[in-house]
Amino acid sequence: MIAFDWLTLLIVIAGVIAVVMPTVGYLTLAERKVSAWVQDRLGPNRVGPFGLLQPLADGGKFFLKEAPIPRHVDKIFFLLAPAVSMAIALVALAVVPWGGTQPPPDPVATQGVEPAAVVQQYADTQGGYAKSFNGVIVPGLDVGVLVVFALGSLAVYGVILGGWSSDNKYSLLGSLRSSAQIISYEIPLGMSVVGVLLFSGTLNLEGIIQWQKQHGWFVLFQPLAFLLFMVSVYAECNRLPFDLPEAEQELVGGYLTEYGSLNFGMFMLGEYTHMITTSLLMTVVFWGGWSLFGLEDRVTDPIWGAVVKCLILVTKTGFFLFLYLLVRWTIPRFRFDQLMGLAWKVMIPLSLLHLLAVMLVRQYSLSNWVLTAISVGLFLAAGVYAVAFGTGPNNAPRRRVISSPSPPVGEGLGVRGS
Amino acid sequence: MPLDLLDPPADTSTDSEYLYTLNFGPQHPATHTTLRLILTLDGETIVKAQPDIGYLHSGFEKLGEDLDYNQYVTVVDRMNYISPLANEIAWMTAVEKLLGLEITPRCKYLRTILAELARISDHLLAVGASALDLGGLTAFLYAFNEREGIYDIIESASGQRFHPSYVRVGGMMNDITDDVVDKVRAFVPKFQKAHADIARLLNRNKIFLDRIQGVGVLSREEAINRSVTGPVARASGVVRDLRKDEPYLAYPDLQDSFKVVASKGGDCLARYLVRMGEMAESMKIIAAAVENIPSGPVNVDVEGKISIPDKTATYRSIEGLIQHFELFMWNRRWETPVNEVYGANETANGELGFYVVADGSGKPWRARTRPPSFIHFSLFPMLMEGHQISDVPAVLGSLNIIAAELDR
Amino acid sequence: MTALVATVAVFMSVGLLFVLANLLLGKLVRPNRPSVEKGEIYECGEKPVGTAWIQFDLRFYVVALLFVLFDVEIAFFFPWAVVFGEATQAADAGHPAARSFAAFTFVEFLIFFGILLVGFAYLWRRGDLEWVRSMSNERPPSATRGG
Repeated sequence: MIAFDWLTLLIVIAGVIAVVMPTVGYLTLAERKVSAWVQDRLGPNRVGPFGLLQPLADGGKFFLKEAPIPRHVDKIFFLLAPAVSMAIALVALAVVPWGGTQPPPDPVATQGVEPAAVVQQYADTQGGYAKSFNGVIVPGLDVGVLVVFALGSLAVYGVILGGWSSDNKYSLLGSLRSSAQIISYEIPLGMSVVGVLLFSGTLNLEGIIQWQKQHGWFVLFQPLAFLLFMVSVYAECNRLPFDLPEAEQELVGGYLTEYGSLNFGMFMLGEYTHMITTSLLMTVVFWGGWSLFGLEDRVTDPIWGAVVKCLILVTKTGFFLFLYLLVRWTIPRFRFDQLMGLAWKVMIPLSLLHLLAVMLVRQYSLSNWVLTAISVGLFLAAGVYAVAFGTGPNNAPRRRVISSPSPPVGEGLGVRGS
Repeated sequence: MPLDLLDPPADTSTDSEYLYTLNFGPQHPATHTTLRLILTLDGETIVKAQPDIGYLHSGFEKLGEDLDYNQYVTVVDRMNYISPLANEIAWMTAVEKLLGLEITPRCKYLRTILAELARISDHLLAVGASALDLGGLTAFLYAFNEREGIYDIIESASGQRFHPSYVRVGGMMNDITDDVVDKVRAFVPKFQKAHADIARLLNRNKIFLDRIQGVGVLSREEAINRSVTGPVARASGVVRDLRKDEPYLAYPDLQDSFKVVASKGGDCLARYLVRMGEMAESMKIIAAAVENIPSGPVNVDVEGKISIPDKTATYRSIEGLIQHFELFMWNRRWETPVNEVYGANETANGELGFYVVADGSGKPWRARTRPPSFIHFSLFPMLMEGHQISDVPAVLGSLNIIAAELDR
Repeated sequence: MTALVATVAVFMSVGLLFVLANLLLGKLVRPNRPSVEKGEIYECGEKPVGTAWIQFDLRFYVVALLFVLFDVEIAFFFPWAVVFGEATQAADAGHPAARSFAAFTFVEFLIFFGILLVGFAYLWRRGDLEWVRSMSNERPPSATRGG
């Protein structure tokens, strides 16, 4: 395995944090600038030229504002929640390949070789791998995708703790919605990635990039999986149109209602970090990571090569971040039953069918392009089905409610409403 | 004033222990102003919605009893502050009916144009806010860009943007300049483009439609029984529009230039579409009216001792000075008949009427308002029952409740 | 492998340290002037009726259960997908044994998958995927009164 060097590791970690934190800050600025651009406004332009120092001012305010802790909260969990939320978002960055990486060598040696030679060969390959430059904090993590998902699920804890400990009904509603939403969308998210794993045969993100470098990006073969993945991560990040947990017009601030100052800032930081992580993941898993039609191989110098790869990756990621922003300012939000319906009745069946198609294609060694056709076909079929057999608008009928207070005893239930 | 729930919200017997009570407002982002709803919830479903009004009560009607007919204009402005000019014009409709006054044709046209601009600005806010409440901030800001254009027009006409206090008994504060006419002419195509933008952004937006279709359905019978008016009633199939049914101001001349927009749906979508349609119709009225503004004086003759003489007349002629003096002395003012009148206009939100009881002095003895928001807000519990929390802002936005008008 | 774990551990502790350092810094620089009003529950400016720690809609627990079910399934998907992917890759590279192995795992998985699908169909049919239902609806009327 890779040589363990404290100093290098600390420098890399410090570097990543030093890059990500300002990026998060400027993402908030970008969000406001993009919204201003979409909405025919100017956006922040007072702090520094073009408002470029706005994130600093915002960050300073997070530190300098008083953080009142309401009397009624469960203090430990109340303070723990934002820290959990942010720490988890940060840790997920560990496995993302930022630039040139290579997958770790297979530790299994070929048959019919002397045991000593096997050991020697293993040591050689591993030693070689350890010397190679890897633009990732934790290189060669064989369960890369799983780690990201596991951490993504853990993000629910921050939200649940924050919402429950606030002893506020809006917070509670927000956190319940959020948890139900995140766990519901975790399923299509996972299933859409399984299709990728069936091809790559590895959970290692570097391995997935290598496969795409050889065969072509996964988005070409599994556009439907990419779509499902993208929609799911939007829901995981609580972004519009899935921002119900903090839907301002319904729940005031959702689970954030009682938070202020740095505690609030950490929730936001965690959320935006999550956006960056998922954008990176979309890039790596479906859009070829740092590969761009062989451009990255033109540069042979290792240092410049790493820079070029990093730039390619960052550009692609930036595109997905931009998409996040554009979507937010275009689409209104779902109602909760529609949101759950979308997850359980549309996305999960679609991802199951898609997975089945991938398995069949792999089993019978069909061309990858067959899968593209199936993907598009499934998508269109779902649309046609919805139009032909759907029940009109995706609407929950008004529920019959039992009138409150209780009806007179002995007369059964008084049912009111339509 | 705030309701104190003296008795516990739900009894603690087994079948309602899962119900809980949530305050929705008065300080809530979706209530826009200070409304309060006491929601009894089962999970996210609303079992009972109880409105609690009075948080913005400002004693407007009582103030009306102490202000003369011109002074009260400034207060009427603050009722439905989304479209203040419409309130002023409605108030003057009642007052001039009381005085038996026929205003000049030019004034009629000006008031019509301003009332329609006010209607557009109100509908823009209602449409934008109904999108905003569902998370679509962009449509809201598109709408606000156009409201800005309307403010500019009102500013050039009256010198004030938000609360112009432009209307006076027997006329207007001053005549408009040609500048205003040019601005209105320029506004028409600009607005049509923005209207199309908003329609493109929302009309076929699946998420938006799913959120408002079939939500908060008001049947035609209920609409009539609960004396609902305006776009809310027309969206439920009650085709009643004072501009057509009892034409006032310049509407008799403009009958051919507009149609009444109505729908049978009765849900939030229908209300949204009716408002969008009415904006387009209003634009037609404005386009027709602005080309046909008659010349002549804007105020009725000073001899009638009704309208305030302008500055020239006040300072250069003895009649003007005396007339001005008469109208502004606290114990003189108008000589009114001892009578009771009800005058109503079709404003953006519905029928805004004023019931004026005059005792012969310069001030009304009673100036009762018929606020459409008050009547529409009373629908709310009925519309909400059985829906989900998420539907509260959708329905609230589609009714376009203005708390200042509701509480007066 | 220990190096890998150590790397992850170092990164986690650095992340934790980063958060704690920020919290400490914030604590040092920001003012602290608590008052009675600041300690109130925010419920739109009115006194809340009852606590927020209530018995809540059962639907959320149903969803949580469904999630556990499906997530465990997916957790089983992942290793299988890797094995199957590797096997088919080997088969494409020309190992006939890998082909039959892949076929075996494929059939094996279809059974697993089928059970999942049956469960999913059952849930759908039962109406557990409908969100707008609640406890009061699920109880028969006779059970609610005097039961």
